[in-house]
Amino acid sequence: MIDLTTLIVMILSAATPILFAALGELIAERAGVLNLGVEGMMIAGALAGFAAAHATGSPAIGFAVAAIAGAALSMIFGVLTQYLLTNQVATGLALTLFGLGLTALFGKPYEGVKAPSMAQGPLGLNWIIWLGLLAVPLIWWFLNRSRPGLILRGIGENHHAAHALGHKVRPVRLAAIAFGGAMAGIGGAYISIATVLQWTEGMTAGAGWIALALVVFSGWRAVGVLAGAWLFGGVTVLQLRLQAAGVNVPVQLLAMAPYLVTILALVLISARRGSASPGSLGQIFHTTS
Amino acid sequence: MWTLEPRSDAPLIWQIATPIMAVIATMLTGALLFGLMGYDPVAAIRTIFWDPLFGASAGYSRPQLLVKAGPLILIACGLAVGFRAGIWNIGAEGQYIMGGIAGAAVALAAYPAEGWWIFPAMVIAGAFGGWVWGMIPAMLRNWFGASEILVSLMLVYVAQKIAAWMAFGPMRNPEGFGMPGSRNLSQYASASNPEMFPGTGIHWGVIAAAFAVFGVWVLMSRHIRGLQIRAAGEAPRAARFAGVKPSALVAFCLGLSGALAGMAGLFEAAGPAGQITDGFGSGYGFTAIIVAFLGRLHPVGIVLAGLLMALTYIGGDIAQLMLQMPAATVQVFQGMLLFYLLGFDLLTRYRIRRRVTA
Repeated sequence: MIDLTTLIVMILSAATPILFAALGELIAERAGVLNLGVEGMMIAGALAGFAAAHATGSPAIGFAVAAIAGAALSMIFGVLTQYLLTNQVATGLALTLFGLGLTALFGKPYEGVKAPSMAQGPLGLNWIIWLGLLAVPLIWWFLNRSRPGLILRGIGENHHAAHALGHKVRPVRLAAIAFGGAMAGIGGAYISIATVLQWTEGMTAGAGWIALALVVFSGWRAVGVLAGAWLFGGVTVLQLRLQAAGVNVPVQLLAMAPYLVTILALVLISARRGSASPGSLGQIFHTTS
Repeated sequence: MWTLEPRSDAPLIWQIATPIMAVIATMLTGALLFGLMGYDPVAAIRTIFWDPLFGASAGYSRPQLLVKAGPLILIACGLAVGFRAGIWNIGAEGQYIMGGIAGAAVALAAYPAEGWWIFPAMVIAGAFGGWVWGMIPAMLRNWFGASEILVSLMLVYVAQKIAAWMAFGPMRNPEGFGMPGSRNLSQYASASNPEMFPGTGIHWGVIAAAFAVFGVWVLMSRHIRGLQIRAAGEAPRAARFAGVKPSALVAFCLGLSGALAGMAGLFEAAGPAGQITDGFGSGYGFTAIIVAFLGRLHPVGIVLAGLLMALTYIGGDIAQLMLQMPAATVQVFQGMLLFYLLGFDLLTRYRIRRRVTA
């Protein structure tokens, strides 16, 4: 067996990509925007971040580029849904398909290339893990204690009321979408730069969708997102440990665990809480004035 | 300044014009992209959109059009019904895989018996497998309020793992020299789904797609259930007051789209793919979502959209062969097309007016 510290490090590491992506999506959804393109933005961040880290030898630059790439891709979604008033479900889905295609197209030269190594931070955790943990209280504070956070929540709960009060619905939402994109990009880059250490096509393998489920699971709260990410990280590590330990269950069946646990968590939360989703979530905002 | 004024009706002219505009815009952007990547843009566009139909090797590629369009149309028909009602089944890929596995299981259990009943039993099993996989998100939504979007999508990954397990485990061909993958059903007469008329590409899946198109058209325009579906999508509250039960619609739409996707999977497993392998799911379930939207959720539109998407698949293969273009190019094209389509749709739903400022 392995000791407890190693296990905790592994769980925290496995939780980090979806923690980032889910925190970003949390902000977008609290602003009333349902962006199903998380998977697409994550994979874009995974490739852009890997490419930049490989070219410069600096993981830090890699993560910065990943954030920019995720945000840039999210702006396609932002302009379409906020200004061309498209259906958010369909547009988000298109973003995911587009991101997966685009990265498959431009990722070929990076296959089989190794990532530069990342510096260890305090307690044997790299600084992106720390950044993710730090982001949770910051986002909690932003949403619940700051004035811009209050405006953002107001827009998400009832965009017509917020508009009537003079708040700029579309710019705020665009900013929330961009933040969501940047966070998804960082989460994706964590997979390619810090865990897998290389680029492979479609490597996010549904992490973006799990992040979306996590936001529902959290009841749209930052602390809930953290708890969900740890739960998911735990299941992932447990599944990998069981594989390594040679348990008499086919590998492919063990690999289903994270997806099944996500479904189970969704069911339990939805049954218990009903829907606590922001009032205007996923609705098109149109005004003539 | 410009303002947008909602239209009370969607003019037919724009409904037809916007998909065409989207295709043209995609071609132009695609040409630009190819230019930037260092390919001859005109040659690339011609290879993808023209050569499969009229090029030098069109005799081979033309039948492929129906082979590829068949499953896309079959799946998209089912999805379109749900999308009309605001029920988002985006896990058709998983239902397709499970249908393929369930159908192949019947064939493998019957092997090496021969009989007229085997293939029909496989079709039923395939539809059943997809139906079950579609009913899971339906029931979880009806009983617990879980999002059918996320559950159906999660089940895609679960289905992919099951396919891999089947290929390496229970369904592995005992005479396959240890290679992963099931027996090849196209070499098993009673279970195979061959080309029916040489040179046309028509197999049972294409025939089923034709029936599905007609069936969905009847359902949506002539049947009370279709009216309920359209009402639920356009005015959910009004539909509820009129006595439409949302839970019944969820079960109906997810069950129908699941069954059709499952059948598509079975026809593929018994025909063009021939066997269950690790990578049996080849993305038809996701592309069918684009087909449904491009076809404006209407059966006739879906036929045209399915043929166009099939064309890009074949054109993409040719471009890969002739111009050494990466296979993912087609995926980028499809994503781009959906973006343009959704964007241009503004013109159908809104009137653009110049604002009179005082």
